[in-house]
Amino acid sequence: MSAPNRIAGHGRLSPSNAISFTFDGKRLDALEGDTLASALLANGIQLMGRSFKYHRPRGILAAGSEEPNALMDIARDNGRRQPNVRAGVQEVFDGMMAESQNRYPSLAFDVGAVNDGLGRFLPAGFYYKTFMWPRKAWDKLYEPIIRNAAGLGKTPVEADPDKYANRFSHTDILIVGAGAAGLQAALTAAKSGLQVVLADENPELGGSLLSDGDVRIGGKAGGDWARNVEAELRGMDNVTILTRTTAFGYYAQNMIALVERVSDHLANPDSGLVRERLWQIRAGRVIMATGAIERHLVFADNDRPGIMLASAGREFLHKYGVTPGQNIGVYTACDSAYNAAFDLKQAGVSIVAILDCRPNVDSELLSRANDLGIKVLTSHAVISTSGRLRVKSMQVRSIDGGKSEKYEIDCLLMSGGWTPSVHLFSQSRGKLAFDEDKGRFVPDIYMEDCASVGSCNGTDDMAAALAEAKEKTNEAIKLLGGKTSRAKALSVENACSMDGFLIGSADGAGPDDFVKAFVDFQNDVTAKDIRLAVREGFRSIEHVKRYTTTGMATDQGKMSNMHGLAIAAEMLGKDIPEVGLTTFRAPYTPVTFGTMVNHSRGELFDVTRRTPMHEGAVAKGAVFEDVGNWKRAWYFPQGGEDMHAAVNRECATTRKMAGMFDASTLGKIEVVGPDAVKFMNMMYTNPWDKLGVGRLRYGIMCREDGFIYDDGVVARMDKNRFHVTTTTGGAPRVLNMMEDYLQTEFPDWKVWLTSVSEQWAVIAVNGPKARAIIEPLVEGIDMSGDAFPHMSVREGKICGVPTRLMRMSFTGETGFEINVPANYGQAVWDAIWERGAPMGMGVYGTEAMHVMRAEKGYIIVGQDTDGTVTPHDAGLSWAIGKNKKDFVGIGGLRRPDLVAKGRRQLVGLRTRDGNIVLEEGAQIVENADVPIPIPMVGFVTSSYWSQCLGHSIALALVENGFERLGETVFIPMEDRTIAAEIVSPVFYDAKGGRVNG
Amino acid sequence: MLLIHCPYCEEDRPELEFHGAGEAHMERPKNMGDISPEDFEKFFFIRENRKGLVFERWRHLHGCGRFFNAARHSVSDKFICTYKAGEPKPELSDEQIAAVLPPAKGTPANEPIVSKGDAK
Amino acid sequence: MANLELPLQSRMFANDGIAIAPIGSLERVSLRADDSAFASIEKVLGLTLPKKPKTSVTKDDRTALWIGPDEWLILGQDNASLMQAFGKLRSQKFSAVDVSHRNCAIQISGENAVMVLNTGCPQDLSLKAFPVGACSRTVYAKAEIILLRTGENEFHLECWRSFSDYVWKFLLDSATSL
Repeated sequence: MSAPNRIAGHGRLSPSNAISFTFDGKRLDALEGDTLASALLANGIQLMGRSFKYHRPRGILAAGSEEPNALMDIARDNGRRQPNVRAGVQEVFDGMMAESQNRYPSLAFDVGAVNDGLGRFLPAGFYYKTFMWPRKAWDKLYEPIIRNAAGLGKTPVEADPDKYANRFSHTDILIVGAGAAGLQAALTAAKSGLQVVLADENPELGGSLLSDGDVRIGGKAGGDWARNVEAELRGMDNVTILTRTTAFGYYAQNMIALVERVSDHLANPDSGLVRERLWQIRAGRVIMATGAIERHLVFADNDRPGIMLASAGREFLHKYGVTPGQNIGVYTACDSAYNAAFDLKQAGVSIVAILDCRPNVDSELLSRANDLGIKVLTSHAVISTSGRLRVKSMQVRSIDGGKSEKYEIDCLLMSGGWTPSVHLFSQSRGKLAFDEDKGRFVPDIYMEDCASVGSCNGTDDMAAALAEAKEKTNEAIKLLGGKTSRAKALSVENACSMDGFLIGSADGAGPDDFVKAFVDFQNDVTAKDIRLAVREGFRSIEHVKRYTTTGMATDQGKMSNMHGLAIAAEMLGKDIPEVGLTTFRAPYTPVTFGTMVNHSRGELFDVTRRTPMHEGAVAKGAVFEDVGNWKRAWYFPQGGEDMHAAVNRECATTRKMAGMFDASTLGKIEVVGPDAVKFMNMMYTNPWDKLGVGRLRYGIMCREDGFIYDDGVVARMDKNRFHVTTTTGGAPRVLNMMEDYLQTEFPDWKVWLTSVSEQWAVIAVNGPKARAIIEPLVEGIDMSGDAFPHMSVREGKICGVPTRLMRMSFTGETGFEINVPANYGQAVWDAIWERGAPMGMGVYGTEAMHVMRAEKGYIIVGQDTDGTVTPHDAGLSWAIGKNKKDFVGIGGLRRPDLVAKGRRQLVGLRTRDGNIVLEEGAQIVENADVPIPIPMVGFVTSSYWSQCLGHSIALALVENGFERLGETVFIPMEDRTIAAEIVSPVFYDAKGGRVNG
Repeated sequence: MLLIHCPYCEEDRPELEFHGAGEAHMERPKNMGDISPEDFEKFFFIRENRKGLVFERWRHLHGCGRFFNAARHSVSDKFICTYKAGEPKPELSDEQIAAVLPPAKGTPANEPIVSKGDAK
Repeated sequence: MANLELPLQSRMFANDGIAIAPIGSLERVSLRADDSAFASIEKVLGLTLPKKPKTSVTKDDRTALWIGPDEWLILGQDNASLMQAFGKLRSQKFSAVDVSHRNCAIQISGENAVMVLNTGCPQDLSLKAFPVGACSRTVYAKAEIILLRTGENEFHLECWRSFSDYVWKFLLDSATSL
């Protein structure tokens, strides 16, 4: 297939590198290096998408990342598919599949376009106004319709098979943008010996130099100069060049986030290659050389396919050898559009006329136009256009009035002047100043260590931009202690003028003209919409933005901002700086979720912590539950058992014979030092002075407010050494709180804390046979009940390895918690199993553990407490040292509300029908036969079926619960009301003799 | 991501290594055992949470592990200084405060600066 | 005696410019100490504790890493000699806790070592900022680690046992996405 708009001898692509791609299923030719935009234009295709709200046919508007219209769905295969890719950014690779969006059934015939005819019924704020009532219609009618119509592009349905990466990096100088100013800055910085990173969003360095056929720097053609500089920079060790890399966010203290598109342009990327890489660069100084973006003109029907920025036309010609049309009109308020016309004309394209809305135009431009035979009409405006799927003609009229004249065209280039790209500067919290003479905002007050150079700083003249780049870079080098450059400034010839501008609506699109003159193409916002917003009372530009959606989504002020602002200011009768600018938000251009998430997906999404005995539990068929980041063995089903059956069996085996349990995830802190007791007394409600060496005690920790924070068994290993255990989830926050007090309230106390949670693997062996099972494996410890009673700890060996053997129980049976150095955990576990299994021992998981502890009325912090439960409420008053003068929580516990009557207290519940297991969290009432809302007196915190008792059990927090033992309460559920009796929370072995077995 | 100067590590380190720990210079009353409800409220619940110059605690949790204090402007996010736990609130010069104020001039999109009297 | 099972046992990775390998068992002591105990500690350890942030001191087969102003991680051969040494001390103004099994170690070496670490570690690991011998507790993605630079292109990474699988896999994902 031929490419009708490709002009031989122009552009930087080689005609021998032909590739092909498809667009809406149709195969098209392209050259390697084409963007999707240039390739489509080369093939004579202008219609590339449908607008968001009105579904108006749209073509390419810009050649780069500011493109609002031509958003495409790009795919390699079904998994590798991405919506909303800007056609000017996507490089074509062989075999690429591109599809237009927001149209049905086809791009040329789209039923959604009916919205365009309804335009007068879809004004600014349409959704806010229309879907207010009736309320009932919202869920069933409005929301589904809006959701269906909302959003652009199709979400990919398959998992993304690509890889993404992250890199934290540090550099002395980061230069963003590699146009003329950026290259000059990089060159200066590179020679200083400092570390330099140069990033540019395009595949090739050079910026506008690559689309300018005239400019010469240092006597060389601009493009050649750029290539030479690049070669020089690439040869230097201290310079990193990142192409296809967009700096999308400027964060505090010179942290810049960039996305590098590594392989999206390759036909067959290496399987090891990532798709995109997130760079998080911390820079000593940032030099922003981000250039300027050309503005469109706001006139009637300025959005037809074929109407585009003049700079885009020039860029297509010089970079890709493509003309956007054959019969081109030019409508401008700025000098630079002339150069586009001249270059295209010289390439053999017909320029119908240049319409300049300014009365006075630089005489050199006029005479050059004259020499080239291009008709120029000053003080003229395009007042309308025609052509449904592509622009066909324009109506031109003198600004002074009179009759309009029609010109046949197939392309219209426009320029409203240039907007400095101050997005990054603005994100750095810098303040802009309004430059009245040139109708633009430029950087004024800097809040970060950075500088703006070149046209992003309003320095349009290229020679001045180069000088500025060098000066600002030298300043940066000096501050960072590098070698400054004294090289002479380079000469610049034939640079194109960027003078002249128009902001706001152009002729024929004023307040009295009933036309669609688009301000924001992507969001379908017209000049009229902005005026309406102001008329309806919106005064703040931030509110106008939200009401009309101007500059939202990917635009973020790139193209629409200045026009929207000028129109609003005019309506408000205020000056532009008084109205103010909306905030530029990161990201500068859209960033994929893949890049944001990078490595943290799949099994790297979060840390999965496994205990030393994890594999052993897997081998025994464990089903695991997530507890924080830990995987804990939940239950061990055998022979097709369900969870209920497995848990019943595990409980029964443990209570009758013995069970072993992996308790390694418990938090453990070693508290060591001469002031250890003093510190323990402060941290826990319990008294510790009298706890003998070798003894254990259950401790409770409160916050200052008196509510339970954590609990656990504490072992006194030595006079000055405690082995503290915490809940699994509480380990980090308990250590943090302890460190906080120690470092900031009691810095003179000689005591130190070390986390040993993972030093010790913990194997709990509980049950009547527990002692008999482990006794032969233990060395150096007298295991007799008298020598080693309940709630004590001994050091010795088990299976030949050192152990801290604790005699304690969370089940109510005789119990041991065997602490061994973690790397021996599995071997000791196996040895105990080998000995215990023939004696009838089983293994149990966390669910059986929960049941057995509830049978004993032992609380679980975070399940039976919720941050509003005191030790008194939990029935643990005995754990508060009565004679203590101070501990964390002592003041809080004495607060009037915490000692008042009517607090919820932890009690047991027995359902009248013992087969009913209550739901945890269910609410409790005194009388279910009163009208709702029924006053609630408490709720169920834990509830299980107890196999060993033969009925269900529950723990609950109930108002004045301790005084209500024997009373009946009710638990209303959706289908029935359940009666239950308030009982003691200790359901099993109330006398507690079994632990001493 | 902020860059925070750890007064113990004596260098700027990435925010990812730190945890914020609330307002600084809240001393735990010595008479906690018989504290009045009013004093308890003041100590436990009441914080300035001001916009402007703040004194706050950080912990270099994934670094040296130490708690320390910082003087920072909560609008500009800029640190004036960090100092070790237990050290008194630093006397800040007008120049130090001025250096972290957000700019006065600007757009309605950003709030005006805190006046100097306010900042102190 | 029961068998020792190290996490990451028998894992190994090597690619262009990068090698990642678990380091075998070590004795590790978390040392916290008051200034007044320094002299006696240094005597029994046979090395001077580093007092400057981010530095380490190695003597014979023992290395002391500065972790915080009163905190060190002491690494030594796996023969329990460190804890024995501390057992001889009279001073009570210190805390020595055996954490040999709490941590495990990974060696990352090769010219791409810094790049692999900088996928998840936000610190500046240039030789200027993090010279040979430098060490620091920091983060690697969602895990806390201790990093010790043992050579221009060689690092010793310590993390808690249960984080090692995550750290290992993150390192590998990084090493295969340069």
